[in-house]
Amino acid sequence: MREIVVISGKGGAGKTSMAGAFAHLAENAILCDLDVDAPDLHLLLDPQVRSEEAFYSGHEAVIDAERCVGCGQCAELCRFDAVREDGDVYRVDPLACEGCKVCVALCPEKAIDFPEKHCGQWYVSDTRFGPMVHAQLFPGEENSGRLVTLLKQKARAMAEERGLDLVLCDGTPGIGCPVISSMAGTDLAVIVTEPTPSGLHDLKRVAELCDRFRTKVAVLVNKWDVNPAMTGEIEAWSKTKGYTLAGRFPHDRAVVDAMLERKVLTETDNAELSAILNASWAGILALLDTCN
Amino acid sequence: MIYAVASGKGGTGKTTVSSSLAALWDGPATLVDLDVEEPNLHLFLKPELTDVRKAWIEVPEADESKCTRCRACADICQFKAITVMADTLLVFAEMCHGCGGCLAVCPEGALSPGRRELGEICRGTAGRHDFVMGRLRVGEAMSPPLMRQVRRLFPELSEKGDILIDAPPGVSCPAIAAVTDADCIVLVTEPTPFGFHDFKLAWEAFTPLGKPMGAVINRSDLGDTAVRDFCRENGIPVWAEIPYSREVAEAYSRGEVVADALKELEGTFIGLRQHMRAAAAGGDPCAR
Repeated sequence: MREIVVISGKGGAGKTSMAGAFAHLAENAILCDLDVDAPDLHLLLDPQVRSEEAFYSGHEAVIDAERCVGCGQCAELCRFDAVREDGDVYRVDPLACEGCKVCVALCPEKAIDFPEKHCGQWYVSDTRFGPMVHAQLFPGEENSGRLVTLLKQKARAMAEERGLDLVLCDGTPGIGCPVISSMAGTDLAVIVTEPTPSGLHDLKRVAELCDRFRTKVAVLVNKWDVNPAMTGEIEAWSKTKGYTLAGRFPHDRAVVDAMLERKVLTETDNAELSAILNASWAGILALLDTCN
Repeated sequence: MIYAVASGKGGTGKTTVSSSLAALWDGPATLVDLDVEEPNLHLFLKPELTDVRKAWIEVPEADESKCTRCRACADICQFKAITVMADTLLVFAEMCHGCGGCLAVCPEGALSPGRRELGEICRGTAGRHDFVMGRLRVGEAMSPPLMRQVRRLFPELSEKGDILIDAPPGVSCPAIAAVTDADCIVLVTEPTPFGFHDFKLAWEAFTPLGKPMGAVINRSDLGDTAVRDFCRENGIPVWAEIPYSREVAEAYSRGEVVADALKELEGTFIGLRQHMRAAAAGGDPCAR
C-alpha cells in the first residue's frame, strides 16, 4: 500500500481540482480529504456518508461563576490571554483557550471545570471513485493535526482491510501542524504550485518541509501560462532540488466549469486537459514505483 | 481602526485585496501579514525591513539532578511535551505550547525556562506605511503563538494610525485569532462552489464575533450566483466586485500591486476602502 499527499504551501493553487482528477484516474484507491478546516473535495465527489463519528480533542477551561471568588490568579497565569474579567468574576474566552489546564490546576477555589471538547465530525463515505474518509472541524477549533492523523490512520486501516493499493490525500495549505501531520509517513508529496511570487515563495517553504521528512516530491505547475517565464524558473529550481516534474496545467475556465457541474476535469469532454492530467498521473505513479 | 482581510478559502485574492488597499489607503497605516505559515504580502509591497527579530516560545529545560520523578509536570501537561519514562525526565520541546504549567507545579525547581524558535517578526516600511510580518520557521507546527506575539504589537501600532491585517485562510483557530482584534472584517471570496462553501464556513465562524463584515467577490464573472444570493439572503453587504481578467492574474504573477497595475480598478478599491471605514465607524454588523 502506498500513500500520496497533494499539498501546495499556498492556498488556491488548485490542489483539490488536481486531486479530484487523480482520484478519478487512480485505480484501487481510498480517498482522503485532509483539509479538515475548509474541505472541498466532497463538492466534486458527492460522497454518500456510510458512517459518521464525533471527534473529541483536548479540553477547555470553564470558570464556574458560582465558585469563582474573583481572585484573578487564573488571568495572571494564563499565557494565552484567554481569561477576561467579567464583573466580579472571571470568564474564559473559548476561542483563545489553549486547553492547557494551568488555571484549572492552580485555581485556589477549584472553581474551574475542564470538559472535553467536541471539535468536529468525521465521516466514512462511498464515492463514484471509491471509498473516502473526510471530516469537518467546527469553526474556530484548533486545527492541531490530530484529526488529520486520525483520518490517515483510518484510511490506511481501510485500505489494508479492503486490499486497496493506494491512499490518495488532498492536503491543506500552509506549512503548520495539519501539513506536518499529513506528511508523516507518506510516500510521495505532489506539490501543486502556480507561477506567481506567492506560489514560488510558499513552494520553497513547503518543499523544505518535504526535505525534512525525506519525502519524494513531484511538482505540478498549475496556471503555467499566466507567467511562462516564472514557470520556467519554478521548474528549473525543482530540478536542482531533484524533484520530478509532474507537468504543466494551463489556466483554463474549464476548471471552474467542471466544478460547477460537480465533475472532475477528467470527466469532462475536454480531451486536451484530460490528456495533460493523464500524463501527469502516469508520471506520479512512475515516481511512486521508485519509492521503497 | 483595525481592519482584517480574511477568507475561508485560500487563493481567493486576500493578498491582492490587502496590497491594493495598502496602496490606496488614505492616512497612516501599518500593514500586518498575519498569515505566518505563508506570508505573501511582502512579495507585492516590497517593504524595506529595518528590524528582523527571531521570535521564541518558552519551553521547559530539565535539570535531571534536581528531579525526584514526582510526575507533577507530566500530570499537568496536556500536550505530551514532558514525561517521566522509566527513570528519566523527558522534554519534547516541539510539542510544548508554552503554557508554563510544568514550571509552576514543579516542587523541586528542576525545570527552568528554555526556548524554542517560532520564526521571525519582521518590521519595516512599505512606501508611506509601516509594515509588520510574522514568518513561521519551517518545521514549527504552531502558528498561534507567533501570531499572538505579532498581535501584542497592535496597541503600539494603533497609536500611529490604522492597521490592515492580511489574515490566514480557513476558519480554524489561526483565522479566528487574526480577526479577533479587528473593528471590521472583509471576506474575500470567489463565486465558485469551493469559494462559496468556504465562504459560508467563514461567515458562520466570524458572525458570532459580532463585527461589521462585508464581502469582496473576486473573479466575479466566473462561476455562479450562489455567493451573491447568500449575501443577499443574509444581509451581507458586497463592498466590491472584481471581474475576472487575465491582466489581473498576470500583474499578480509579476509581483505587481493590482490597483497600481490596472488603473481601472482603482475606483473599486477606493469604494471598498470607504465601505470599510463606514462599517468600522458605525459598528453596525450589517452596515451597507
